[in-house]
Amino acid sequence: MTSFLFAMIIAGTPLLFATLGEMLTEKSGNLNLGVEGMMLIGAVAGFGMGFYTGSGIIAILGAAVAGALGALIYAFLTVSLRANQVVSGLALTIFGTGIASFVGTLFIGQKMPDRVIDSFAKVKIPLLSDLPFIGPILFRHDYFVYIGYIMAICLGIYFYKTRFGLNLIAISENPSAADASGIHVNLYKYIHILFGGALCGMAGAYLSVVDVPQWQDNITAGRGWIAIALVIFVKWNPIMALFGAYLFGGLSIIGFRLQHLSISQNLLDVLPYAVTIIVLILSSIRKSKEDAPPKGLGVPYFREDR
Amino acid sequence: MRMVKRTDMTSKKAAVIRILSIIFAFLLTSIFIGALGHNPMNVYLSMVEGAFGSAHRIRDTLTITIPLVVTSIGIMIAFKMKFWNIGAEGQIIVGALAASYLALNYNHLPKMVLLPAMFLAGFIGGGLWALIPAFFKVQFGTNETIFTLMMNYVALKWVTYLQYGPWKDPGSLGFPKIANFMDSAIMPKLFGVHIGWVIAIFLVIIIAIMMNYSKAGYEIAVVGESMDTAKYAGMNVKKVILSALFISGGIAGIVGMMQASAVNQTLSTQVAAGYGYTAIITAWLSGLKAVIIIPVSLLFAIMIKGGSFIQTAYQIPQSAAGILQSVILFFVIGSEFFIQYKLVRNSVMEKEVA
Repeated sequence: MTSFLFAMIIAGTPLLFATLGEMLTEKSGNLNLGVEGMMLIGAVAGFGMGFYTGSGIIAILGAAVAGALGALIYAFLTVSLRANQVVSGLALTIFGTGIASFVGTLFIGQKMPDRVIDSFAKVKIPLLSDLPFIGPILFRHDYFVYIGYIMAICLGIYFYKTRFGLNLIAISENPSAADASGIHVNLYKYIHILFGGALCGMAGAYLSVVDVPQWQDNITAGRGWIAIALVIFVKWNPIMALFGAYLFGGLSIIGFRLQHLSISQNLLDVLPYAVTIIVLILSSIRKSKEDAPPKGLGVPYFREDR
Repeated sequence: MRMVKRTDMTSKKAAVIRILSIIFAFLLTSIFIGALGHNPMNVYLSMVEGAFGSAHRIRDTLTITIPLVVTSIGIMIAFKMKFWNIGAEGQIIVGALAASYLALNYNHLPKMVLLPAMFLAGFIGGGLWALIPAFFKVQFGTNETIFTLMMNYVALKWVTYLQYGPWKDPGSLGFPKIANFMDSAIMPKLFGVHIGWVIAIFLVIIIAIMMNYSKAGYEIAVVGESMDTAKYAGMNVKKVILSALFISGGIAGIVGMMQASAVNQTLSTQVAAGYGYTAIITAWLSGLKAVIIIPVSLLFAIMIKGGSFIQTAYQIPQSAAGILQSVILFFVIGSEFFIQYKLVRNSVMEKEVA
C-alpha cells in the first residue's frame, strides 16, 4: 500500500505541473488547449538539454523556457491577434507533437546520462520523512516532486492572498472592468500564459528526464488533456490540484498493480480517461457559483469593443 | 497605432490574405529546411513527386485524401455550431468497430447486402459515440472538447482490448491481430481507387446543399452564431445540437468503415491513423465550407504522402510534415486578424474624426 501511494505521487507529479500551468493560464481568462503540445516540447527540450549538458538543472530550465516559447505562439495569436482560442490551442498541440517527434529522432533509444539521473536521486527530508505513514509516502522523493508541492502552495498564496491574484480575478471575470480600473489586461495575460507554458514544459521534462528517463515518441500519452480536465475538477484551486493530480496519478498506475486480478491491462488503461469523463460530467452537474469557470474564460478581449 | 474593424473587406481580398499566409508559412518552413542543409525548393518538389510521381503514388495520395475529406465534412458540421468536436478519431474507430463486427460475423452474406449493412453500422457507431458527449453538453453544459477527446482514448483502448483479447485471430499463431476480412466485406475499386472517393464527393455535395439550402443547415448556422437568437426564434436548440452531432460523428464513422474495409481490410488500433486530428486542421482551414474541404484535404494528403517520401529521399523525419501543417495553421489563424482589422496610425484617425 505504501509503495503504491509513493508511486502515485511520482505518477501525479507531471499532472500536477501541467494542471498548475493550465490553471495560471485560465486564471487570466485564456483557455489553452495546447497543454499536451507544450508538455511534449518541454519533454524533448529537457531531454536534449540533460543529454548534452549532463546537468539536471539546465534540463529543467531548458524545458521551462521551451514550454514558455510554445505558449508565446499561442499568446501572440490569441491575445495580440485575437484568434480563436480553441483552434490556436489545438494547433499548438499539433505543432508540439510534431516538433517533439522531429527533434526526438536524435534521441531514439538513448538513455539519460547517469549524472543527470543522479541529480534527481531521492532525498529524505529530515524529520518529515520519519513521520509515521505519510513520511515515507510524501517526503522521500526527488526534489522535482518537492518543487511541485512548493509550487502549488505558492500559487495558492498568489491567487488568494496577493493583489495580483485579485487583479487576475477581475481580468478573468470581467476584462473591460479590469482595464477601466487601470489593470494592464494584455500584459497580465501574456505573463500568465507564458508562465503556464513554462510549468507545462516542466511537466513534460519530469517524464522524459526523471520518470522514464529514456526518449519515447509521444511520451506524454494524453496527460496534457487530463490536466485540462483536472483544472475543472479541482475548481481552479491550486491546493486542490495537489489532491487531484495525485489521485489521477494513482489511477494511471493502478493497472500494473491489479495485474494479478485477471482483469485485462487494456481495460484498466481506460480508467484515467473514463474517470476524467465522469469527473467532467459531475463537475458540470453540481453547478454552483463557486465552482463555475471564470466568466471571461475563452472569450477574446477587444479593448476597442469596450 | 490602433486597430480598427474593417468594413471594406471583400471575399476576394480575404482569399488573397489567406493564400498569402499559406505562402508565408511555406517560406518560414523553407528557412527551417535550409537550416537542416537542404534546398527547400528541391524538398518541396520531391514532396510533390512523392505524391504524384507515378500512377501508384497518385492512387496512394487519393486514398489518403478520401478519409480527410469525409472526416473534415463531419467535423465541419459540429464546428459550425461552435461545438468543438475533437473526437473524430474515436468516432472513426467506433465506426470501424461496428462495421468490423458485421464483417467478421456475417461474412457469408452477399457483398451487396454486407457492404451497405457495414456502411450503416459505421454511421450509427460513430454517431452514437458523438451523441454521448453531445447529450451531456446539452443537458448539463459539460465541456465537449475534453469529453470528445477522452472518448478517443476510450475507443482506442477498446479496440486494443479486442485485438489482444476476444477478437484475436486464432489463426495468427499468437500474433495479436484481428482476422482479415473476407472478400464479401471489402469495398470494390473504381479507376484503381476504392469507391470511397465516390462516397466522398457525394457526401460533400449533400452536406453542402444541406448546410446552405435546408432548414437543418440554417438552424445549425443560427445555433453557432448565437444560442440565444436560436432559442428566441423558437428553435429546439437541444434537438439541433444532438441531431447535428449524430450526423457529424456518423460521417466520421463512415470513414472508419471505409478504412477498415477498403484500406486495412481488417480492424486494428491503426484504423484511424490520426486522420481524426488532421481533419480538424483541414476543416478549419477550409473556413468550414464543404466545397473548399476537397482542395485543402488534397494539399494535406500531398504533404502526408510527400512527407513519407522525403523521409527516404532526404532522411528528413516524417514528422516534418506535421510541423509544416501546424505552421500553415498558425499563419492562417493569425491572418484572420488582418481580414477583420486594420492598423491605422493615430494621427490619421484623428484627422478622420475631425
